[in-house]
Amino acid sequence: MTPEVLSLSNNVPLFLASMLVKILAVFVVVILIVAYATWVERKVIGHMQTRLGPMRTGWHGLLQPIADGLKLFFKEDIIPSEASKVPFLLAPMMILVPAFITVAVVPFGPDLVIGDYIISQQITDLNVGILYILAMAGLGVYGIVLAGWASNSKYSLLGGIRSSAQMVSYELAAGLSIIAVFMLSETLSLRGIVSAQMGPLWGSISFLPNWYIFSQPLAFGLFVICGLAEINRTPFDLPEAETELVSGFCTEYSSMKYALFFMAEYANMVVISAIAATLFLGGWHGPFPGAINLLLKVFAFMFFFIWLRATFPRVRYDQLMTMGWKVFIPLSLANIVLTGIVVVILQ
Amino acid sequence: MFREFAKGLSITFKHLLPGHSTTVQYPTEKLKPSDRFRGLHRLVPTQDREKCVACYLCPTVCPAKCITVESAENEKGEKYPRVYKIDLLRCIFCGYCVEACPVEAIEMTGTYELANYKREDFEFTKERLLK
Ligand code: SF4
Ligand code: SF4
Repeated sequence: MTPEVLSLSNNVPLFLASMLVKILAVFVVVILIVAYATWVERKVIGHMQTRLGPMRTGWHGLLQPIADGLKLFFKEDIIPSEASKVPFLLAPMMILVPAFITVAVVPFGPDLVIGDYIISQQITDLNVGILYILAMAGLGVYGIVLAGWASNSKYSLLGGIRSSAQMVSYELAAGLSIIAVFMLSETLSLRGIVSAQMGPLWGSISFLPNWYIFSQPLAFGLFVICGLAEINRTPFDLPEAETELVSGFCTEYSSMKYALFFMAEYANMVVISAIAATLFLGGWHGPFPGAINLLLKVFAFMFFFIWLRATFPRVRYDQLMTMGWKVFIPLSLANIVLTGIVVVILQ
Repeated sequence: MFREFAKGLSITFKHLLPGHSTTVQYPTEKLKPSDRFRGLHRLVPTQDREKCVACYLCPTVCPAKCITVESAENEKGEKYPRVYKIDLLRCIFCGYCVEACPVEAIEMTGTYELANYKREDFEFTKERLLK
């Protein structure tokens, strides 16, 4: 019997079990990366600034994330008396959840054949995968506005509004820069995009893979920069701007709720890295078996983001907005037109 | 612009390579303060007593007014400080007291670990300063 694709129609219990395993695996991996990204970030930035970073808890501070987690659990949890309680409590989750559900459409390895069934290493393959990612990325903004509004603090409100303006502007540019990718691959499914990047570059240059970073270098750069701004990473971490806004939309948050914002920042970093790797760097393709390639690419991106943070100062808000609207959006539009022309000529 | 970006990134990357970190793991690893460092005071002892002759020059010169001296005379008719106290919470470690002393009875040491839990513990009496 030839193996068939496992789905709800041919083996319900096995399908559900495989789903559960995949979801758990992805969740655990993302949580682990998030926890240890905080450690890596402190270590790498420490060394880049000729310090050591954490050294006390465990070998070279390796147990620091666990200690931090414990500490955050036991800290006093304050809700401002005039805050709107329900939105105030919901906001951190509204930011964290979209980050986690975005990973659902990222393929992390080739199809496995187990027994009579083909099981894909991807939680689900939506045929509108990219649209789903853009939609979910857009949800994070609600959490930020909600947090700013519900805190009943002027700093938080201003911070929230400012951050949402930033996130929405850069989402546009990030979204536009992706369009060039699915013009080339002619599909919106992430798995389709990954398989479109197989084989040698442009079908002829054998020593390079057909990754879209080579066909779309401008889109790649734009996506990485705009993605960085959209997830509020340094040098675009204006929501936190301590100098003028005392950490902005999360000023009034403490203890575990604050930690959720923190986790969301790192989870978003993982997500942006994973999407960038999938769209431009061939996803799980590479010299190593399966998911390890994707992990390595994600780590490379995360390292690059941390490296940026250690090097560049934060941009000013008007610079940020000018850059987004007057540079990145026109550039990505021009890239789309160019790609369109090239695609039509090649046909 | 890109040249500058690349330059900045390369500088931070170079620091990442081993051997650049200058951190001292403080409680386990300590640096020796220089000889001119002004830390905790010390009253210099002579044979059987402190060298101080209770001349009141140091409390007079002290800008923080944190030295308390009360003079008395011993059996041999020599003046000595019955009470000598420095309130380290107010001291600014300027070293004027050391410069003012005509008999070099007070000096400053390299001790810098002066943290304490209670205000009283910052009152350095004669006995503590003689150690
Ligand atoms: S060091 Fe300066 S402030 Fe301190 S006791 Fe001496 S004179 Fe006073
Ligand atoms: S100046 Fe010297 S001798 Fe005079 S009281 Fe102070 S420590 Fe004693």
